[in-house]
Amino acid sequence: MKRAGVVALNTFREAVRDRVLYNLLFFALVMMAASIIAGQISIGIEQTVIVTLGLSAISLIGLLISVFIGVGLVSKEMDKRTLYALLAKPVRRWEFLLGKFGGLVLTLAVNTAAMGLGLFLALMYAKQTLERGDATVFVAVYFIWLKLALVVALALLFSCFTTPLLAILFTAGVYIVGLYVQELRNMPMQVMSPGMTAFTKWLSYLLPNFENFNIMAMAAHSRQVPGKLIVQNTLYTAIYCAIVLTGAILVFSRRNLK
Amino acid sequence: MHAPAIETENLTKEYPHGFLNLKKKTSLEGLNMQVDEGEIFGFIGPNGAGKTTAIKLLMRLIFPTAGSARILGKPISDIEMHRDVGYLPEQPFFYDYLTAEELLDYFARIHDLTASDRKERVQQMLKKVGLETAGKIQLRKYSKGMLQRVGMAQAILHDPKVVILDEPMSGLDPVGRREVRDIILALKREGKTVMFSTHILSDAEMLCDRVGVIVGGKLRGVGAPEQLVDVKTQSMEIFFELTGQSTAPLLAKATRTGDRYRLQVPEAELYGAIEQVRAAGARILSVTPVRATLEEFFMNLVGADGAQAAAVEVSGK
Ligand SMILES: Nc1ncnc2c1ncn2[C@@H]1O[C@H](COP(=O)(O)OP(=O)(O)O)[C@@H](O)[C@H]1O
Ligand SMILES: [Mg+2]
Repeated sequence: MKRAGVVALNTFREAVRDRVLYNLLFFALVMMAASIIAGQISIGIEQTVIVTLGLSAISLIGLLISVFIGVGLVSKEMDKRTLYALLAKPVRRWEFLLGKFGGLVLTLAVNTAAMGLGLFLALMYAKQTLERGDATVFVAVYFIWLKLALVVALALLFSCFTTPLLAILFTAGVYIVGLYVQELRNMPMQVMSPGMTAFTKWLSYLLPNFENFNIMAMAAHSRQVPGKLIVQNTLYTAIYCAIVLTGAILVFSRRNLK
Repeated sequence: MHAPAIETENLTKEYPHGFLNLKKKTSLEGLNMQVDEGEIFGFIGPNGAGKTTAIKLLMRLIFPTAGSARILGKPISDIEMHRDVGYLPEQPFFYDYLTAEELLDYFARIHDLTASDRKERVQQMLKKVGLETAGKIQLRKYSKGMLQRVGMAQAILHDPKVVILDEPMSGLDPVGRREVRDIILALKREGKTVMFSTHILSDAEMLCDRVGVIVGGKLRGVGAPEQLVDVKTQSMEIFFELTGQSTAPLLAKATRTGDRYRLQVPEAELYGAIEQVRAAGARILSVTPVRATLEEFFMNLVGADGAQAAAVEVSGK
């Protein structure tokens, strides 16, 4: 387990030294600035504009990092054969995989926290006042981070048994469907065959449900988030990640490196 | 009796390929091999023979279709045993965003070395492989030969008992090759077991206590390198100088450059030929054994009938 930590720190170091990351962070700052300007010209709803734009930017950039770096975490090491020397050392494959996952999730934590702080400052600048509900922005950013962790786990799983390109497509696909799981569950079941109904229901529980992670509206109106939702989302992410990572480990532990 | 340092039993690897993966290609076929503690063992064979496959199986990078292997008496699945094993991959490549120092420090952490040990070992290793001035340069700026040296450094970083090197001399200039040879010999002096693969016969001849010859996925023979040399010495070359004309019949068979001649004769006829050359009034400059090139040697083995295969199958075990 200690070795997983060592791998994680190295993964974090790799991300920090990657120029792409800084380009994305720069893009985030530009978005924040744009949201302030957009907020100023939309009198009365400026908070909504800033928060919506800001959170969307954080989410989008996080998703790009999670999917692209997430899929590359293991597949790049296999392609470049950097894995050979490492896996011949006393490291178990699950330790390596967990380390890779942990390293990127740590990177995302630092990233989203930095961007979240930027958003909060932009909001303060526009509002010039502070109320208790404003902290909801941070909860929204926390939920985004949880969602990203889940996406990384999925990207890792797919990259363990298919090509990077397909893994990117699968991850993006599952993410998009995951946004609409609630709709899937609420589909008018009577128009479908019983088999179809059962399948849809089964699928809607198998797929990750990202619906509860979106609290943009609450943040835009500085409404407080119920503690129950925070606990629920945290547990959901932890359990879902554990299951997905177990799958990834099962696949990767049997895999022949080319 | 100690358990052998490395021991494989019927180790086999098949790769599925072709339409729907229905066909199978056997990269390694029933490898039975033992490397004794403290010896330098050369694993020689032409490209595509299955050397890398065997080594990757030992390092658990790929998994066998059949068979098993033990290192230091423990099954290779035993993760703790790998603390005592060092491995240099073929054409090694490492994280290019790290410096050599950072990479070695990272691997030393994986090996659970303490902070002060790490610092000391990393510098020691860099020095050993001649990279002490390049330790702070990112690996993306390294040449192939330098990466090979880093690979060597990480293989022996944790003072392993068994060192397995896949083509350690490839990509190196003559100086680098000699340095690697020195490192391997130093390891032997420290009592380590070294197994390395190569397709260059002379490297194996110079270093190994024993060699195993692998061709086409099969181990064709194991023995001391001198015994292999015997097999492949087929003729002798006499190099001599002769001024003026001579009608000795043997001279017709020689290749001439100015006053100098090269003459190849079968080993059995060497002394007779020397007499004749001297009788013709020549000055002999050198007599050297002509070794079949490695390719010829391996080609013989591949096409070998039983007799030839048996010729390589020298005592050893
Ligand atoms: N991942 C793989 N898939 C299919 N065939 C492979 C794979 N790896 C190696 N081979 C085949 O196995 C044989 C042995 O290869 P290798 O062990 O690399 O040889 P060597 O190291 O002796 O040059 C080669 O014919 C090679 O094409
Ligand atoms: Mg090879």
